[in-house]
Amino acid sequence: MVEMFQNLYLGFSVALRPDVLLYAFAGCIIGTLVGVLPGVGPLAGISLLLPATFGLDATTAVVMLAGIYYGAMYGGSTTSILMRIPGEAASVMTCIDGYAMTRKGRAGPALAIAAVGSYLAGTVSVVALMFLAPPLAAFALRFGPPEYSALLVLGLLVLAYMSGGSMIKGLAMAALGLLLGMIGIDPMTGYSRFHYGLVELGDGIGIVPVAVGLFGVSEILLTAGQPTPPKVIKPKIRELLPSREEWRDSAWPIGRGTILGFVIGIIPGSAHIISSFVSYAIERRLSKHPERFGQGAVAGVAGPESANNSATSGAFVPMLALGVPSGPIPAVMLAAMMVHGISPGPLLISQQPDLFWGFIASMYVGNLVLLILNLPLVGIFVNLLRVPYPLLYPSILVFCILGVYAVNSSVIDVWIMAITGLMGYVLRKLEFETAPIVLGLVLAPMLEMSLRQSLAMSSGDYAIFVNRPITATMLSIALVLLVLSLKPLFTGKVDWRGSLSQQAQPGEE
Amino acid sequence: MLTCDRIAGAFLALFALGVIIESRALPLGTLWEPGPAYMPVFLALALFLLAALIMIFGGAGKPLGELSWKEWPHAVAILCASLFAALALERLGYRLTILLTCLFLLKAVERKSWTLTAIFALAMAFGSFFLFYTILRVPLPRGPMGF
Repeated sequence: MVEMFQNLYLGFSVALRPDVLLYAFAGCIIGTLVGVLPGVGPLAGISLLLPATFGLDATTAVVMLAGIYYGAMYGGSTTSILMRIPGEAASVMTCIDGYAMTRKGRAGPALAIAAVGSYLAGTVSVVALMFLAPPLAAFALRFGPPEYSALLVLGLLVLAYMSGGSMIKGLAMAALGLLLGMIGIDPMTGYSRFHYGLVELGDGIGIVPVAVGLFGVSEILLTAGQPTPPKVIKPKIRELLPSREEWRDSAWPIGRGTILGFVIGIIPGSAHIISSFVSYAIERRLSKHPERFGQGAVAGVAGPESANNSATSGAFVPMLALGVPSGPIPAVMLAAMMVHGISPGPLLISQQPDLFWGFIASMYVGNLVLLILNLPLVGIFVNLLRVPYPLLYPSILVFCILGVYAVNSSVIDVWIMAITGLMGYVLRKLEFETAPIVLGLVLAPMLEMSLRQSLAMSSGDYAIFVNRPITATMLSIALVLLVLSLKPLFTGKVDWRGSLSQQAQPGEE
Repeated sequence: MLTCDRIAGAFLALFALGVIIESRALPLGTLWEPGPAYMPVFLALALFLLAALIMIFGGAGKPLGELSWKEWPHAVAILCASLFAALALERLGYRLTILLTCLFLLKAVERKSWTLTAIFALAMAFGSFFLFYTILRVPLPRGPMGF
């Protein structure tokens, strides 16, 4: 415990350095703007701004990118509450009761509850991250290639299972991502695979152009043609204070959302999105007045908003402790860390304590900055939505092109962005989730390497995946998940994921 | 019935077959000692199987005819602008490419006034260059005319 506080002291000495503080502040503001803008989610935001961190040292860069991530979580709620436009996918559930509260003239309290809930959830989940990541990293030191293979397979299956909709479609998208990750030089034999004479593809397809294409460009393609900006409602600062009853009604949802969000955040999947859906469903189930949901129930804002912010910290646990991203956003963060010469994994905490603890401490600071920033400046942030979409989307496209090109100074990446943009547009039209593609792309080299190293260790004996207890446990869980997800296909019954999405539907009308 | 799932499944299956055909140029290795083509072929087979399942169980999905494509003229124009940027970026330089891309999107696609189009395109091209190239030191290409 004493060691923990010493480490935290070290972290705060890094996080409170003026330059780090400045970039955390900048990250929070940019993240809030990214969250407010419909179409530019945290994933595209982090990918686009990655080149802007090239001139910074590793700690400052990671702190800034993390600020963008949780800033976007805060920002997404603003447009959901005021305009029924989810700034990013995790805020969809906030639209239902948040906007209903706005129509009742309670926009201010809805924003205040969302901000306070997000702050509390963010802070508590950072404490949990601080306690959980170091022992998990110590445990992961026992992991060899077979354990990593099993962990990656499990991660992909859980992602496909939790992504919502059909697991077969989710797995197909993960397989597509893994196949894209096969492009480039085979690290074991030196053979070039599927490069078609393009030297730039030797190192494989970069995650940034794929992420920007699938999430940024495809969103522009889907939403282009919107004529006029929607009406903007700006609450005054004195109207922000919730009533005593609203505070009372949101206390437990914030607590439950925090715990739920953190736990779901650790599990692979689009954690921040799923956690808000699950939290909304639970709050409606537990409420004494479920009929108020959809009509402006404050618990319908407090729960999901706390859950999605808490999931943000939860998602950092496997990334920092194991070096394995649990979703597309941690995957881009992982890629960003690698660009700066950091290798996340079990040794990160012991080898670079200033970076790890500085990052943890900066999250405390960032959450406070966001609480202070978001409420008084809410009027300024929503003004961004007054910009007509015909002017907004060319600006976003320019930043997509700039951000993608600047990572490797390669025009091939711009081509990849355009192609994956088209791919994402068609896939989303056909109701396929694109997040598993990004995770598959990141995990492909790790999975192939660990699988082939495992076989080299065992002289080609596949029993190595069964004989080792950790590996056998993880693969058994993966198998159970696979069977469970295939069951509704043959029995014709709706499983809990289906009923959850059905529960969420009526209020959305 | 022709549904979205069945169409998507068919394309994914074709893609998987394409990968298997292309992988023939690489050594497959054995089950015990996988070669460079082993993993791509294994994954392509998995994708093919999943695509087949999507097609088989996709009959109850959304009919293809119900899909709305009303945004397609904008989508095609934006895609063309992205492809133009990819072609021109290192030939014309960053500023000229962005200037022309913005001019195309605002004037030809969105039918905005010349004044607004010119101000916006110049601000985006030169403003973003100044911010990223001059201030943040991000390397951006210059064309033959210094742009």
